This record gives sequence, structure tokens and C-alpha cells, in this order.
Amino acid sequence: MTPADPSSNRFRILSPLEFLGKTCLSLVLTLGDFVRFFVAILAGIFRGVDRFGLREMLSQMFDLGTLSIPVVMLTGFFIGAVLVIEAYPQFHALGLASRLGSVTVLSVVKQIGPVLTGVMLAGRVGGAMTAELGTMRVTEQIEALRSMAADPVRTLAVPRVLACVVMTPILTVFSDILGIFGGWLIAVHVQGINNDQFWHFARVGVDIYTINTGLIKALFFGLAIGAIACYKGFRCGNGAQGVGRACTEAFVSSFIVILILNLVLALLLTNIYVMVWPNQPPIL
Amino acid sequence: MIQPTTDMPDQPIIRFADVHKRFGSLVVLDALSLDIPADQTTVVIGPSGAGKSVLLKHIVGLLQPDSGNVYFHQQRINHLSERQLEPIRKRIGFLFQMGALFDSMTVGENIAFPLRHQGIKSESDIQQVISEKLAVVGLSGSEKKMPADLSGGQKKRVALARAIAMDPEVVLYDEPTTGLDPIRADVINELILKLKEELKVTGIVVTHDMASAFKVADQIVMLLNGKIIAQGTPQQIKTMEDEDVRHFIEGRANAEDLKALHRL
Ligand SMILES: Nc1ncnc2c1ncn2[C@@H]1O[C@H](COP(=O)(O)OP(=O)(O)OP(=O)(O)O)[C@@H](O)[C@H]1O
Ligand SMILES: [Mg+2]
Repeated sequence: MTPADPSSNRFRILSPLEFLGKTCLSLVLTLGDFVRFFVAILAGIFRGVDRFGLREMLSQMFDLGTLSIPVVMLTGFFIGAVLVIEAYPQFHALGLASRLGSVTVLSVVKQIGPVLTGVMLAGRVGGAMTAELGTMRVTEQIEALRSMAADPVRTLAVPRVLACVVMTPILTVFSDILGIFGGWLIAVHVQGINNDQFWHFARVGVDIYTINTGLIKALFFGLAIGAIACYKGFRCGNGAQGVGRACTEAFVSSFIVILILNLVLALLLTNIYVMVWPNQPPIL
Repeated sequence: MIQPTTDMPDQPIIRFADVHKRFGSLVVLDALSLDIPADQTTVVIGPSGAGKSVLLKHIVGLLQPDSGNVYFHQQRINHLSERQLEPIRKRIGFLFQMGALFDSMTVGENIAFPLRHQGIKSESDIQQVISEKLAVVGLSGSEKKMPADLSGGQKKRVALARAIAMDPEVVLYDEPTTGLDPIRADVINELILKLKEELKVTGIVVTHDMASAFKVADQIVMLLNGKIIAQGTPQQIKTMEDEDVRHFIEGRANAEDLKALHRL
């Protein structure tokens, strides 16, 4: 390829086009590569993990849990509390302050819990898992695995993705509980809403399907976070710089994917709800 | 090139046939053809960046040639999938240049990894192999240590113990004596010789250590700019007239290499 003369007009017009073309091409190629990787992970999940993989999975779950439970609970508590503080004047003006119970619990269980947990984990996992796998790649440990006839996707990626899939819903439960607690604390003990009314509307507003909606979301977030973190680690560039960049990219990609998944799943799960219970309007 | 007929008694165990490999615009292997005889030790020498490690990675399919073929026991392996490569990889031990120990596992677990992965269940057998191989590399009793707590030379030796854990028929040694003191280095040389003589291991040794090269080699190959510029027995290499070979084996820098220093 010969570089075009920088002074010609053709260069000026082509260059942004060329840039766009190259960006799109690399985006499509990366996406294709990721899909192949993802399919390999799914295949690995259905084939199950061996003894080594199980150990790896449990230790990853332990790391995820101990790293994240306090943070997830702390953020859950504060966001739940602030939610009620911000919503109270509006509801009070309408004379519906007693329904704050269902608003809090619904928002926390369906939205705030899973998304908050997902984002926290994306940061944690982007930092820890991607860095670990990236370092393994850079120091040829992944090639060493392959040279010993072991499949790195099966031995390293599948246990990690499974750990994320299991732990995200569990952490979401912790976040939910603390979020509701934070909301309740403000509503009942600061704004003076009747305790029984708070819980009454909380119970009416939230059925099992709603709780499952949140947990199903969390499950998919976990899948996305784990798969992206492993993918970025496996494709990490050379040197410490490569590892650092892989971590950042893993976090940013997971974050975007969580937002998109959240929207898609919200649409999908609400529609399913309406299909299954056609006569019951979605509460609130 | 004339292909040797198939009924020759000594078929090479590994063969490179006109292998080209490049990374982007960097040509690393350039029409390289090489036969590795079975049950012997082939030493590959050449300047840093010549493509020695890349050459080794082609043998276990960690890298594929852009064109040309790689054969293992007459079987073409460069088009095989990861799954299809597994049986071949199980017969080859690979000592990586940087060791590539799994740093989340202890020394013992590292050495046990290939054994457990290949389905050896008996824990007492595994423990026996671990202590035996650690003794061979002079690190008895370090089963419980983590790789991070080892020195560079110790890591290298653990990695060697892992590479030979399965008693493979071929061992690829990427700089086995780099970072070791002269006495340890000589112990490793003896180990390479012993594996060849007693277990009929085919060895490919990449090294910058000329003493080690001349000691363990049945055949020496010198790589420069992706091509083989010299090939022969240690005796033949020692007496070669070629400028590049002489400079390299004598460890002398020529005027070209020193040009940058004159600016100081
Ligand atoms: N995966 C890769 N991607 C891009 N370039 C690579 C890759 N592997 C090796 N190279 C390049 O190929 C060239 C040869 O590398 P190789 O590691 O084989 O050198 P070497 O002969 O082993 O050198 P040394 O003696 O320093 O270990 C180097 O310039 C290296 O940068
Ligand atoms: Mg090398």
C-alpha cells in the first residue's frame, strides 16, 4: 500500500472514510471473534467442569464474594436511602406517600440491585480477572496450557464465567436487601411513614415474578461480565501496558453491554409478564 | 528439493518443509526447511530475535506457518485443530523460555498438572513423579513453594521438571541453562544427555550457551534472519569458515555491532 500524497484533496476526503472503514471492519472482526469465543464458553459450560475446573470455580467464587459483598451492600444501602429521599416529596404531594414501600422495593429489586451489582462486578472483574488472565497470556502460561494439551477456554474461562453467573445473582440479593433496608430506614424512621403500610404496599407491589426478573437480569449480566473479562484477558496485548488496557476495555465493554442487556431484558420480561397474566396490569 | 524416499530407515521425527512465518511485516521464518532426527539432540543457535522460540512453537502447533508444512512422525500437523493436536502435544514436553509456571499453583501442582490433566488418578504415583522430577533438577523438598517465591533459575528448573513430568518422547528446551550458575547449568546438560541416552528422548535445545551447545548436541543448526545458515555436527560447526558462524560461536562482536558504541 502506498501512502497517498498528504497535500492532495483525495487524501483529505479518503482519510476519514478510510478511518471509518477500518474501524467498522475491526469492530466486525472483533465481534465475530468474540462470538466464537462465547460459543466455545457455552459449549464448555454444557460439557461441565472437571475436578480442576471445579476447584478453580470455587476459588473464583470466593474471591468475587469476599471482594464484592461489602461494596455491593454499602452502595445498595445508600442508593436505596437516597431513592426514598428523592421520591418522597413527589409522592407526598400526591398524597401517596404510603405507597413508597412498593416503589422502593420494585425499583431496587427490578433495577437498582441487579444493575448496581453488575456495574460493581464489571469493575472488580475487569480489574482482577482480566488482569490475571492477561498476565497469564503475556507470561506464556496460556500457551503452556495448550502445549500440555489442555484447553484454556475449558480450564480457565469456563470456571470463571460460571463463577460470575452464580455470584452475580447472589450478590444482587445482598444488594437488594440492603437497598430495601436503606429505603425503609428513611421512609419509616425519617419521613415518618407507617411501618405496616410500608410493608403492606411492598408486598402487594412485588410478586415472585418481579423478584425473578431482577435475578434473571443479574444472571445474564454475570454471563456477559465473565465472558467479556475472559475474552479481553485472552486477547490481551503484550507487556504491562497491554494488561492495563485490557482491564479498562473489559470494564467499558461490560458496562455498555449491561446497559443494553438491561433494556432488552426489561422489554422482554415485561412482555412475557403481560402474556402470562393478560388481565393483570403491571403494578404501578 | 529432493524428498527422501519413504522407506529410508531413519525418518526424521520432526520436519519443517519450506516454512514461512511473518508477524505483520516482520519476516521471522523465511523458507525454512529442517529435519530433526529421532533419538538425538538438535541444538538451535542464533542471535536474539532470530526466530528460535517461534520455531519451537510450530512443533506443538502453538503457531501455524503462513505457508509450508510441519510434520511430526510423517504426519502433517500445521492444519490440525486444537482438539486434533492434543494427542501430539501429549507426546512432547515444552520448556518455555520464561518458564511459564502457573503462578496460582504450587511447584508440586505445576509438575502434577500434565499428569492430572492426562488422567493419572493415583495420588501416590503423582507424588512420586513430583519428588522424583524435583530431585532430578536439584530442588527436592520445594513442592509446597509458590513460583513467586522462587529465583529465576529455580523457576526455570521447576519448569523443566514439569516439561519432563510425562516422560515425553520429544522435549523442546527453550534456553534451559539461561539464568543458572555454571554448575547447575552443567547438571542440566547432563540431564539432557541422560534423557537422550536412557529414555531415547529426542531433544531440541535452543541456547545461547555455546559450552552447553557443544556438549549436548548431535547436530547444531544456526538460524539467522529466518534462514538456516549453518548445520552440522559440533565438530563441523567448530571448524566452519563462515564469518557469521565464527563470530557467533566465539562470541565476538564485529565492527557493525559496535558502531553505536562509538557515538558515546
Ligand atoms: N506472537 C508474536 N507476535 C508478534 N511478533 C512475535 C510473536 N512472537 C515472536 N515475535 C517476533 O518474532 C521475532 C522472533 O522471536 P523469537 O522469540 O523467536 O526470537 P528468539 O530467536 O527466540 O530470540 P531470543 O534469543 O531473544 O529468545 C521477534 O522479533 C519477535 O518480536
Ligand atoms: Mg526465544
